[in-house]
Amino acid sequence: MQTFLGIDYPTWWFLVVGALFSGYAILDGFDLGAGAWHLFFRDDKSRRIALNAVGPVWDGNEVWLVIGGGALFAGFPEAYATLFSAMYIPFILFLGFLIFRAVSIEFRGKEPMKWWRNLWDVSYSISSAMLALLLGVVLGNVLIGMSMDENFVYTGHWLEFLNPYALAVGLMSLALFMVHGAIYLTMKTEGVLFKKVYRLLWRAILVFVGMFIIVTIISIISFPHLTDRFKENPVLLVIPLLAFLSIANVPRLASKGKFTRSFIFSAMSISFLLILVAVELYPVILLDRGADPGNDLDIFLAASSDKALGIMLTITAIGLPLVIAYTVFVYRTFWGKVKLDESSY
Amino acid sequence: MQYFSEISQCISILNLNPGIMDVEILSRLQFAFTIAFHYIYPPITIGLGLIMVTMEGIYLRTGNKIYENMVKFWTRIFALTFGIGVATGIVMEFEFGTNWAAYSRYVGDVFGSALAAEGIFAFALESGFLGVLLFGWNKISSRVHFIATIGVFLGSMFSAVWIVVANSWQQTPAGYHIVGEGLNARAEITDFWAMVFNPSSVDRLLHVWFGAFLAGAFLVISVHAYYLLKDRYVELSQKALKIALIVATIAAFAQLIIGHQSADGVAVNQPAKLAAFEGHYPEDAPGDLYLIGWVNEEKQEVRGIKLPGGLSFLVDWNFTTPIKGLNAFPEDARPGAVNAIFQFYHLMVAIGLLLIAITLYGTVQWWRGKIFSQRWFLWLLVPAVLLPQISNQVGWFAAEMGRQPWVVYGHLRTADALSESVTASNVLFSLIFFTLIYALLLLLYLYLMDKKIKMGPYDESEIRDRLRLKDIAAQFENK
Repeated sequence: MQTFLGIDYPTWWFLVVGALFSGYAILDGFDLGAGAWHLFFRDDKSRRIALNAVGPVWDGNEVWLVIGGGALFAGFPEAYATLFSAMYIPFILFLGFLIFRAVSIEFRGKEPMKWWRNLWDVSYSISSAMLALLLGVVLGNVLIGMSMDENFVYTGHWLEFLNPYALAVGLMSLALFMVHGAIYLTMKTEGVLFKKVYRLLWRAILVFVGMFIIVTIISIISFPHLTDRFKENPVLLVIPLLAFLSIANVPRLASKGKFTRSFIFSAMSISFLLILVAVELYPVILLDRGADPGNDLDIFLAASSDKALGIMLTITAIGLPLVIAYTVFVYRTFWGKVKLDESSY
Repeated sequence: MQYFSEISQCISILNLNPGIMDVEILSRLQFAFTIAFHYIYPPITIGLGLIMVTMEGIYLRTGNKIYENMVKFWTRIFALTFGIGVATGIVMEFEFGTNWAAYSRYVGDVFGSALAAEGIFAFALESGFLGVLLFGWNKISSRVHFIATIGVFLGSMFSAVWIVVANSWQQTPAGYHIVGEGLNARAEITDFWAMVFNPSSVDRLLHVWFGAFLAGAFLVISVHAYYLLKDRYVELSQKALKIALIVATIAAFAQLIIGHQSADGVAVNQPAKLAAFEGHYPEDAPGDLYLIGWVNEEKQEVRGIKLPGGLSFLVDWNFTTPIKGLNAFPEDARPGAVNAIFQFYHLMVAIGLLLIAITLYGTVQWWRGKIFSQRWFLWLLVPAVLLPQISNQVGWFAAEMGRQPWVVYGHLRTADALSESVTASNVLFSLIFFTLIYALLLLLYLYLMDKKIKMGPYDESEIRDRLRLKDIAAQFENK
């Protein structure tokens, strides 16, 4: 097995996929979160400002999903095949809501009638919330594993994705994205709307912390494999601790009016939570929890050949700095509070 | 578990009986439907990208406001088309995993690098700069904006590279070896550049690019012909129509050569597909070339207008060279639905020739200075936007159906590429779901296109002035 800096290629690619998913969760996280808040804003102008806060960037944010999905397919085709076919219905629903959301954003501003705008506001907001929820549900299922045979073909029922643990993780993700979205909106709004968002932010933080505690308790009681890693190596407990400290920093900095820093901390808490997931799983991607367990799919079994991974790592090493450079450029171009003009939604 | 099976029983009672429809047919239908729908949009963005770069380049060079309004107008149409392209593109990527798990396991190692390159080099470039292109007019200098436009255009061209490379590898695999046996067989990459430059990828990429240029150019031609007929934006429309006509004329002629090149490649690499294109059955006889025809698959004969030995001539410049027909291949290794493949292929060629005729006529009339006074011709150009679209679609139908029964030519059968764990009722559900959503999406696209076209390439500063005048007038009246 080939290595680079003493780390084998599948592990490197595991890190790449992890980084891309974090990037996606941080970026699309705030626009899904902002979308989930949409119906809390009452008048048309507030809703327009909230929508235009994500207007120039939501499409670009979804690109990270395409790239992250592609990276999983490319590096771990076995895992991609098993996960996506096992989670058939949630992924199909996810695609549906993704399209509904795009349609709603585009349709909303095109007619002045009140019922028209309300209709698309509702569908925009519900799709945003459902997307956040479904992402969490899939993550929850990955955490607890699924039943597979020796060829890593899913053998469970297609409705098993709807289990209580996965739903709890789904709600937690929704709450986390809503925190993240609210913080983003505080950077982008002024006046009455700003005050409203600021009040909502606090509520979201409380809900998220509540959900986080619930998920942690269920994990410890019902799914002890998730905590094994920390019993073996208590140093790793620093990761959940860092996640919690980042979350705690969000309201602290927000109350001082330092919203940009607060946003950075809410992005960091998303990253730390995903690192937590990665540590709990590694090197397994999909855990077998069927009647006859033992067919765990780890990254070495799921990975493409070293030759393929080597090529992909080279491409990433060249390409990723470019992507980051122009992402920064795009965000700098649109930095600051939203002003509606003729090119707005 | 009891709970799950009860719920699913209720659901299956609600469903149509999926017994007659199996997973393979449903999955193929769903993939064909979603990819055909997706492929309406990317060719438009690639073609429009080229035209937008040209328009903005002229604007920078001349400083003529008219070109600025023109490129701003087409940027709005581009953004709309791009958005729908992204949304429907994510569906394609996910479907590899959801519906074609066995295929994903088989090709993942080979496709991996192409997909990684697509995502990182092409797609991210395209969508990253799109925001700047759209919303950045007042925030950055016009030179930087031009760079963003070029970035978006190049991104869309690169996207096509990697996607066509991946598909071409399925047609003519190269740079790989097979490891494992039976259900565990996988293709593994051995040579990246051999995979990228597999025997069909260059021909097919050029064919796709120029098909896309035609799609974009004819959209521009159609809309501006409509404005000219309605006497709106006359000066701007004449200029824009000329730009698009140049692109369309070059692309239409180029397709003649590229298309021929591509068919020659098919003759060498996928003889069964070529035989299906012309409904050629005999094992070893000269092949005829049909202008139009109808294949009787039972009697294995074609009726129509033909050039005897024409297929042999195109392949070998000799009317009597024998061509391997469908009967030279075992029943289970050659495409079915030969008549459909024949019709799709011939429709593509016929439209290609028609496009040459239209663009040639247009160019000649332009040269004679009469193009804008021939109203019948302008009327013809308005619906002509559909021609490259239809041609692109049926060309792909012929290419993909001609590859059957293989998904990876000679290695993996379509029937063996499905997701093992997905049930027919699930696929039926998703097929209906996508049909409904895509109907809504198409409606949205047409509605917004109509709105944007009716609004036209307005001058923003003029509108601002008019609003200001209105304000002043209102204040005056109040006093």
